[in-house]
Amino acid sequence: MERISSNQPPLSEARIAAELKTREITLNMGPQHPATHGVLRLVLELDGETVVKCTPYVGYLHRGIEKLGENLTYLAALPLTDRLDYVSAMNNNIGYVNAVERLFGIEVPERAKFIRTMVAEMGRISNHLLWLGTHALDIGAITPFLYVFREREWIMDLFEELCGARLTLSYPRIGGVRNDLSQKFIDSLYEFTEKFPSRVDEYETLLTENRIWLKRTKGIGVISAEEAINLGFSGPTLRGSNVKYDVRKHAPYDAYDKVEFEVPVGFNGDVFDRYMVRIKEMRQANRIIRQCIEKLPKGPIMADAPEFTLQPKDEMMPVTHPAIEHAFYIDEKVCKGCGMCLRACPAKAIFGEKKQPHKIRQELCVACATCYATCPFKNIRIIPGGKGLSEERLKELAESPIPEEIAKAAEHLVKQFTIIRRGPRVPEGELYVATEVPKGELGFYFVSDGRGRPYRMRIRAPSYVHAMALPRLCEGGLVADIISNIGSIDIVLGECDR
Amino acid sequence: MGLADIHDPPLVEIEEGTKILPPNLILTTVNKVVNWSRLSSLWPMTFGLACCAIEMMTAGSSHYDLDRLGIIFRASPRQSDCLIVAGTITKKIAPVVRRVYDQMPEPRYVIAMGSCACTGGIFNTYSTVQGADLFLPVDVYIPGCPPRPEAFIEGLVKLQEKIRREQYRWSYWR
Amino acid sequence: MEPLEIAEKIKEKFPDEVVEVTSFRDQVSVIVKKHKIIKICRYLHDDANLYFDYLADLCGADHLNKKEPRFEVVYHLYSMRHRHRIRLKAQVPEDDPRIDTVTSIWAGANWHERECHDLFGIVFRGHPDLRRVLLPEDWEGYPLRKDYPVKGPEKEWSGFQEVLDKAKQFKEFGWKG
Repeated sequence: MERISSNQPPLSEARIAAELKTREITLNMGPQHPATHGVLRLVLELDGETVVKCTPYVGYLHRGIEKLGENLTYLAALPLTDRLDYVSAMNNNIGYVNAVERLFGIEVPERAKFIRTMVAEMGRISNHLLWLGTHALDIGAITPFLYVFREREWIMDLFEELCGARLTLSYPRIGGVRNDLSQKFIDSLYEFTEKFPSRVDEYETLLTENRIWLKRTKGIGVISAEEAINLGFSGPTLRGSNVKYDVRKHAPYDAYDKVEFEVPVGFNGDVFDRYMVRIKEMRQANRIIRQCIEKLPKGPIMADAPEFTLQPKDEMMPVTHPAIEHAFYIDEKVCKGCGMCLRACPAKAIFGEKKQPHKIRQELCVACATCYATCPFKNIRIIPGGKGLSEERLKELAESPIPEEIAKAAEHLVKQFTIIRRGPRVPEGELYVATEVPKGELGFYFVSDGRGRPYRMRIRAPSYVHAMALPRLCEGGLVADIISNIGSIDIVLGECDR
Repeated sequence: MGLADIHDPPLVEIEEGTKILPPNLILTTVNKVVNWSRLSSLWPMTFGLACCAIEMMTAGSSHYDLDRLGIIFRASPRQSDCLIVAGTITKKIAPVVRRVYDQMPEPRYVIAMGSCACTGGIFNTYSTVQGADLFLPVDVYIPGCPPRPEAFIEGLVKLQEKIRREQYRWSYWR
Repeated sequence: MEPLEIAEKIKEKFPDEVVEVTSFRDQVSVIVKKHKIIKICRYLHDDANLYFDYLADLCGADHLNKKEPRFEVVYHLYSMRHRHRIRLKAQVPEDDPRIDTVTSIWAGANWHERECHDLFGIVFRGHPDLRRVLLPEDWEGYPLRKDYPVKGPEKEWSGFQEVLDKAKQFKEFGWKG
């Protein structure tokens, strides 16, 4: 640096450094920021443009899902898992359902396994597309954002065709899946798999050899394999550092051992390698979906385990069908007056004092069979074709035995009620099951004490572990590299905070 | 002769309060003009908290374009008209939401998008605020978990109709 | 290596510390006392045949009125090289809820321990930065304990109460329709 009036000698760098007083800035990248993926707060201490210290603050989306899971039955806690990693809801459901099925000891039919693999890979493509769009948008490439939404809309339309919902699906159920595939869905999905590789080529044309992209992503956020394993990374974030760990290959679940696919790895462990790993994973996911469609076996889609799973409603038809007009009658000689049916009746048709036999008012009764399922002593009689008959006639008919099919259907109905209201009878024990979601390894740890609700439900979220490593990745780099790093580790705050 | 025409000009009343003298003269009230200009260029500030943010982004992308309604997403509260609270509000982020709302200049509107912002949704727990209307004056509620982009656009159109019906929100002596 | 063999190896090396070995659906848990947890974890991490270099998860569990001691800190370990898993459970009593930290062995335990402290109240000795992570810093109570209600305590958190008061105060300046 030279001074304009040339009497003095030029100032040297060392003298500037000694005399110029500088101070670090503390900058808050607040919870509301367009480039943090959700409500993540970073407090940065900057020396010019270099990051000296970076402290992430999470917890702005902590909704208490683990505590809520302890108060709901296993089936009712399924929609909670949709909202964890809301970008790829299908994979979270599959992780949860796999864990619960291992806990219960249910065997899932083959067709359901293939369907689950197929929709899991669709979820993976959907997640990686959104990741690509937002990552590129943050770095400055605005075009891919609109292009990925074109593909994502296609996948969401396919999901809507399949199960009616676009984003929060709850399609995989305990024991299988919710409903079968239609031929229209399979044809549209096959057409998708034919056209998708060319779309990925389009994204690669925009970014992979782009000089600006390479400058912004090569050599940024480098992490070695040992350090990544020590920190607990998983998924593409770990595979970018040359560690070939994929739960789908190490501990296969669903139909992953019956399809062929490769697990891509990167070599340097920087942001560009993680980007390439995810692009290649999209192509591999496409390959898996094609194989699943070709190999899809015929068969049932729900396991045959009536103690734990909800069965098709046809079995209960003899009792619940509205056209068959049943009447329900409480046997007064045996009724103890405990009041459980009174409290349970949705039409408030039962009345009676405590410890006195109760009565059903026939004109209010809607024949929903709730009282039948709730009565602990099984004192309520189902009288087929009894709607509209008088009290005395009902009393006579109540003496005669119930026909066989009504009795079986009624048993079925009671089992369903118990599964929904109190939860199934679960063996005691504890279990940890990990599945590969697009972000990494999602682990569910259940402690069961025999009742229908989990005693402890722990969700091991990959985004939480990756967010923990942000200081390690960002410190020493520039401010602009923080954005690249946050994008490359692919966190979603819903999963991080639970 | 020709001056006689001026006393009875061919004004056409197209809606209540707005008259047109063809071909290019429109007579209306200041209120209507101000309301029309506000609703046609509603600039929301994104407060995408959780899953509903994804549906908001989808509504903003090319399939269900929002730009045709005049909506441009602004990142700063000082430059935006309405605050779209999309997602679950937790107690930790409630002070931040309120602060952002306080920083917005008048006229400002609030849309609560999604069941969690309307009433707390499925999360009736210790750390979730049971609805944005506990601490913000909400104008439009859009239920759904998450609401479809079409439902979201309907909610925005409802807000536009609400703005159209406003009386004298621009006036100095209100 | 089979999980039961791993449990046997731990039992031979630390016979006084292991309380119980349980197994359910081919997964083995080893319940140990909390005092020498660092030595046990260091052995599991460094031994060439076991080589548990990956801490998959670290969480807490509250067994109020079911078991003594009340809390347990559960470690899920995985070995990349040998591809085997084990679960380690350290018992932590209620009257002295302190245990040593394992962040010196696995750096990934940092935030897991902070979360365990936040939600259960277990103190990790030697942790570099033990603060609340998911809940606000001045929150009172430990939510995931069994005696904490799901909907929260009667008294609101002070930060949120301030927001409600401010909203009420500013309401008079708002547009009244």
